[in-house]
Amino acid sequence: MAGWTTHTGQAIALPLENVDTDQLIPARFMSIPRSEGYGGHLLHDMRRNADGELDTAFPLNRWPEASILIARRNFGSGSSREAAVYALVDAGYRAVIAPSFGDIFAGNAVNNGLLPAQVSESEVERLISSVPTDLSVDLEACTVRIGGADVPFSLADTARTKLMNGWDDIDLTRAEAEHIKGYRDALMQARPWVWA
Amino acid sequence: MTTPQTLLDKLWTRHEIRRRADGASLLWVDRHLVHEGSHHGFAKIAARGLPVAEPDLTFAVVDHYAPVRDRSHIADPDIARMIRTLEENAKTHDVRAFGLHDARQGIVHVIGPEQGLTLPGLLVTCGDSHTSTHGALGALAFGIGATEVAHVLATQTVWQTKPRAMRITVDGSLMPGVTAKDIALNWIAKLGTDGARGHAVEYAGSTVRDLSVEARLTLCNLSIEGGARFGMVAPDTKVLEYVQGRPFAPKGQAWDRAIADWADLQTDDGASFDREAQFDASEIAPTVTWGTSPEQALPIDTTLPDPARLPEARADAARAALDYMGLTAGRPLEGTPVDQVFLGSCTNARIEDLRLAAAVLAGRKAKVPGQVSPGSALVRKQAEEEGLAEIFEQAGLDWSEAGCSLCVGMNGETVAPGKRCASSTNRNFRGRQGPGARTHLMSPAMVAAAAVTGTLTDARPLLEGRL
Ligand code: SF4
Repeated sequence: MAGWTTHTGQAIALPLENVDTDQLIPARFMSIPRSEGYGGHLLHDMRRNADGELDTAFPLNRWPEASILIARRNFGSGSSREAAVYALVDAGYRAVIAPSFGDIFAGNAVNNGLLPAQVSESEVERLISSVPTDLSVDLEACTVRIGGADVPFSLADTARTKLMNGWDDIDLTRAEAEHIKGYRDALMQARPWVWA
Repeated sequence: MTTPQTLLDKLWTRHEIRRRADGASLLWVDRHLVHEGSHHGFAKIAARGLPVAEPDLTFAVVDHYAPVRDRSHIADPDIARMIRTLEENAKTHDVRAFGLHDARQGIVHVIGPEQGLTLPGLLVTCGDSHTSTHGALGALAFGIGATEVAHVLATQTVWQTKPRAMRITVDGSLMPGVTAKDIALNWIAKLGTDGARGHAVEYAGSTVRDLSVEARLTLCNLSIEGGARFGMVAPDTKVLEYVQGRPFAPKGQAWDRAIADWADLQTDDGASFDREAQFDASEIAPTVTWGTSPEQALPIDTTLPDPARLPEARADAARAALDYMGLTAGRPLEGTPVDQVFLGSCTNARIEDLRLAAAVLAGRKAKVPGQVSPGSALVRKQAEEEGLAEIFEQAGLDWSEAGCSLCVGMNGETVAPGKRCASSTNRNFRGRQGPGARTHLMSPAMVAAAAVTGTLTDARPLLEGRL
């Protein structure tokens, strides 16, 4: 995964709260291998009308070039399915801006280079009222730049460093092999029942 | 004097291998549970040519795609492939598996505790958000995504930033027929589905202490619906009694050492929490969701909300939810006709749940069709031995095999578009039980009552003299 520091792109809004991961990608698409791409299934049911046709008025259909999504509170709540993040990433999204995110979703997003930018409720409302618009996201400064003004976002330090460095946790952790082995040896002595 | 610690502090310290300057902890994982959905994680380690670091601490379970009717032949090739892939991955990596035809098969969060895989003091991860369930035994248990699944497979560790500590205290006596499910729906309705976001929730108070271990599993299971990735209850003698003698639980001398080791797994007096919330159990009524988020829940004897009277921020969501659910603002919740019922899932498909539902259904007929899917094959067997299966069948409900089934609709079972289902599951999201399905979450007693009357109904009168 490549690290990144700034991104400029078209922002659109999905002005809903509690957009859960079952909406982001319905369960029936989750048996697909990642190599086939998940972008076409992003918000699959929400972006279609009753006949299964794409609803041309739906923001994601209307502005297919968008790369920044703005939503209301508790975006990505629900299941731990990382496929919800794959769907966003494969559809070209680099950042989601919302007042709050589901904890597991936010972690999954960062693990895939997608920024979950937490912005105050009032600023989110202001951003929603100005879409579609071009926005710049700056990870270094933790700001969203809109029309010359900067809106701050919050993001855990751990998430920020990971996004900027494009860290791969498995490589990082393998460098900790000695620590892990030390812990494991001590655990085997102290709590042998762990190995059932 | 040492600073008083919370249960979370103690569990975290036990598993922290190292903490990075930016605050992330590298944690040791004692139990990694995988299921069919873990295929992404296995594919990721395969792409790097990495083995499973600790096959003996990894357990594979077939549940999400498990057919619950005929298991001799799986017609859908995708479903068959998902199950086969898990079983093959388990074999390749020498991981013990509870396969489709195993006598111990069942939902991962039911069989972990049932088999004694889940123990106090352990760190349990699984690529599933309801992993919080296992915290009911005093474990540090949380759901992880596929990248983390691959990481745990490859290293038996996980990077995690310590959540803030929150305590939900429930005191007082529950009314007969009111359950842990109602406690959970009640606090989520009050605090919101993001009410505990960023926190690990410890459940405490006299009501929680009085709950059975199975009821605590239900309570911790629903933590994630209130936004908490972790739920936990300090282990007490009930937990020790529950765990002792289970197949994977320590035995003999190891048991004695283990219980000595677990003795300090409780929050010290005077330890401080980042957040506290208190509830009075006696005020909790049987609770039912009316909308498309678990926070949209109300006591059964109330009326549906009127969006016009809600704060603007909630009004839109309420209007959209009522519309999707086919409900009218201001009408009583009780009496709403349902098309079918589902009793199952990792939330409410353990033996006590089935007993409670059977208490309502005994000698009565269901007015609507429904499925009962026990949480595990062993629960199923026990329910048959206790005569519960017969009660369900005589009532006219389908007595099926164990699995996630209609909780998530991955095994091909779905609720048809526009149909209303009274369900003992945990998510009433749009389309969760199938595209267009209308789900109402409630306790097993309330599901049974809905079956008997064909409507959303207060279960308490139907339970009179039966508890
Ligand atoms: S029963 Fe439902 S919530 Fe539980 S693990 Fe299965 S799909 Fe997830």
